[in-house]
Amino acid sequence: MKPRFALRSSMPWWRGPALIAAAAIVTFLLSAIVIRWAGGDPISAFRYMFISPLQTKFGFTESILSATPLVFTGAAVAIAFRAGYWNIGAEGQLLAGTIGATWIGIHAESLPAIIGVPLILLAGMICGALWALVPALLRTRLGIDEVVTTLLLNPIALLIISGLLNGPWRNSETGFPDSDVISKSTQLPIIWPGTRVHLGLAIGVVIIALCWWYVGKMAGGLKLRAVGMSPGAARIAGLPVERTLLITALVSGGIAGLGGSSEVAGVAHQLTTGISSGFGYTGVIVATLAALSFIGSLCIALLFGVITVGSFSASRALQIPSTIGEFVQSVLLLTVVAALVIQKYRVVWTRGKK
Amino acid sequence: MNSHEGVGATHGGTAPSIFLRGISKAFGETIALSDVSLDLRAGEVHALLGENGAGKTTLMKILYGLTQPDTGLIEADGVQLTINSPRDARAAGIGMVTQHFSLVKNMTVVENIALASASTFSLDLGVVRKEIKAASERFGLEVSPDAVISTLPVALQQRVEILKALMSGCSYLILDEPTAVLGPQDIDSLLDVIKRLRSESGIGVVLISHKMAEIEQVADRVSVLRRGKVVSSSSVSGISTQELIGLMMGTDEVAVAQRRTSKQLVGNPILALNGVGVNIEMGGLSEVSLDVHPGEIVGIAGVSGNGQAELVRVLSGTLAIDKGSIVVEGNTLGKNSPQSLMRAGVGMLGEDRHASAVHALQVMENLVLDCIDSFATRFQLKQKEILQHCESAIAQFEIKTTPKQALGTLSGGNMQKVLLARLFSRKPKVAIISQPTRGLDVMATRYVRSLIMKASTEGTAVLLVSEDLDEVLEIADRVAVMYRGAVIGIVDGSTATRETIGQLMAGITK
Repeated sequence: MKPRFALRSSMPWWRGPALIAAAAIVTFLLSAIVIRWAGGDPISAFRYMFISPLQTKFGFTESILSATPLVFTGAAVAIAFRAGYWNIGAEGQLLAGTIGATWIGIHAESLPAIIGVPLILLAGMICGALWALVPALLRTRLGIDEVVTTLLLNPIALLIISGLLNGPWRNSETGFPDSDVISKSTQLPIIWPGTRVHLGLAIGVVIIALCWWYVGKMAGGLKLRAVGMSPGAARIAGLPVERTLLITALVSGGIAGLGGSSEVAGVAHQLTTGISSGFGYTGVIVATLAALSFIGSLCIALLFGVITVGSFSASRALQIPSTIGEFVQSVLLLTVVAALVIQKYRVVWTRGKK
Repeated sequence: MNSHEGVGATHGGTAPSIFLRGISKAFGETIALSDVSLDLRAGEVHALLGENGAGKTTLMKILYGLTQPDTGLIEADGVQLTINSPRDARAAGIGMVTQHFSLVKNMTVVENIALASASTFSLDLGVVRKEIKAASERFGLEVSPDAVISTLPVALQQRVEILKALMSGCSYLILDEPTAVLGPQDIDSLLDVIKRLRSESGIGVVLISHKMAEIEQVADRVSVLRRGKVVSSSSVSGISTQELIGLMMGTDEVAVAQRRTSKQLVGNPILALNGVGVNIEMGGLSEVSLDVHPGEIVGIAGVSGNGQAELVRVLSGTLAIDKGSIVVEGNTLGKNSPQSLMRAGVGMLGEDRHASAVHALQVMENLVLDCIDSFATRFQLKQKEILQHCESAIAQFEIKTTPKQALGTLSGGNMQKVLLARLFSRKPKVAIISQPTRGLDVMATRYVRSLIMKASTEGTAVLLVSEDLDEVLEIADRVAVMYRGAVIGIVDGSTATRETIGQLMAGITK
């Protein structure tokens, strides 16, 4: 007997939501095993992870803060994937963005904020797009697979940051490998007084809205979707496939780079090697879980923000490793992707020849 | 499960004859073979002749174990052979060289042959190399053992395939249209090899071919397949070329009522190809000159693989031309890119409708895919106009769908109507239409043909490329026959018959 996938011809309306609920339950069960293994009580761990961050203003706003970079990387990955450009390099593009932002930030002391803030955002965006340019050219001109090239550029961006911080950008006061604090005039304003929530979140939400409008409602978006779903058919219809891919790749890199600016100018106010805790990679998970929808990416990013903050408090309270949060996110990815496959296909057992 | 020893593991002595008895095979509702019987003898070249889709390749795939028959059996010397896979076939002494080679391109000749013959636990390339040398000499198939496959020309790659089959010890060798990919000189040397295999090594060769000249040159016997049945099996010397063509093409008359009457060509051609040439390995085009007038349907007939696909690719802008020029309405196109052709007013219906349609997009979105910008403002698609456009197309072309349905959920016929609606609603000056009714049912076929004829009466110049000769004869005003990348003859549609076209398709000019 051999298993084989067959497309479902029809399905009842409740199957989609039911499968997602099942995925969530399986995630809880699998995570519970690991939490128990680590010596914690699963029920209270889940309460810390998913409920307690929403019960205090601090927990809530910190969750939003953690979600902010994921809003950018989620959108960056989603728009690229919608065009069939498999950009796994949002991490490197975000890091490139932090380099550009920091360069502006530590050299722009005398600027007014009305110029400094747009400048630092623009710098991140441009650097992110530039970091995406080479793989995009290799793909559209020579057909070289972008999954490999975008992925391999990620550690290179991190190494450049490390080189800069151990060399020219070493902190002039402490001598640690962190950059100087960026100029006040380039720091993003706080938009929720009394918290750390900054302008980056608002920009991220605007980016989500723009992407949603562009891809869903505009002529260019229809072209982008056609190219992503069937490049051959798009070419036959006379659409500029290569140009669409190139532009989308640059836009995707630009959005990720903007996320880098947002982190440097909004939260850290300096460049460190730990500026990104894998935001680009998590962005792939965010976009995938959202089935490449932009509004969905925003929601998943916020959920992940809650899990990140919650896993730290669970870790403190229950003495379990804080990486449990990442574990939950990863298992959620697997179960949801499995649910999406089961939603679309059914498994048929065929008698195979031996 | 397969315990018999090969029909003849050594090339000495005479291998027993192989009998295929009552073989039938259907793919879905299409009957590929019905009750076919054939006998193959050692030391004999047996040619299999037939139109596209007559069942030749399917029959040989069954013999080689690539496909299983629905009914029927294969026997050697009265013993039934169980052939479930190519491995079983090779064990029974049957080898095959398919049209698409199964060589690993970045490995050497030695490595490729070792892959096919090596035992599980040991691999000594030195031994294999010696064996290759010995076999090349013995069969007259010279090849350098350490050459990397991708650096070899097609003729030599084919030689490696033949050598690979022979070295696995086969006493029957099936060659599926081996000359389709070769130039004239390579064809001659391949035919010499075939003769030598037959007379010196006593190998039985099955030669699938469309070409009369080759068959007369090397074959001892010839069997003709038509629509899944063997219509004739005789010795080559006992049958004339004329008879063979008649048998292959059949004599059934095309429904005369639907035939178009001979048409006066008016005005200048809208589309003209002047000596268009494309140099690519395997095929290509040589000096294709052709013109299509307003309101005219020019049909392209020919055995598949004689340049039709390349011609369509040239006219869709996905294959650059090396020689000659394409002229649309008196203007010579600088470069034949998809955009330049589309701007010049050349529309296109590709041979594979699934590759031309974005399945996951809605019907209404697919309908405007080639002119999105005219359905959008700067900031937004004009959804209402797209919907109206779609609704009028659905009504006009009788498409069974709703505008927002995903295109992939439509039946083949309706999907084809959507693509034709997209093509004709732009009012192209020239429509390049390739295999428009492939895989469609009778009603959809009839409707699609009537749409093409209607467009042509409204003044569109149509170039129709079709493997279905009846279709070409039914609706084309003129029929151009392609042979080896060139237009070998152009016949008036009202006087063309299956015989005249068939001769041209086989490369015979009077």
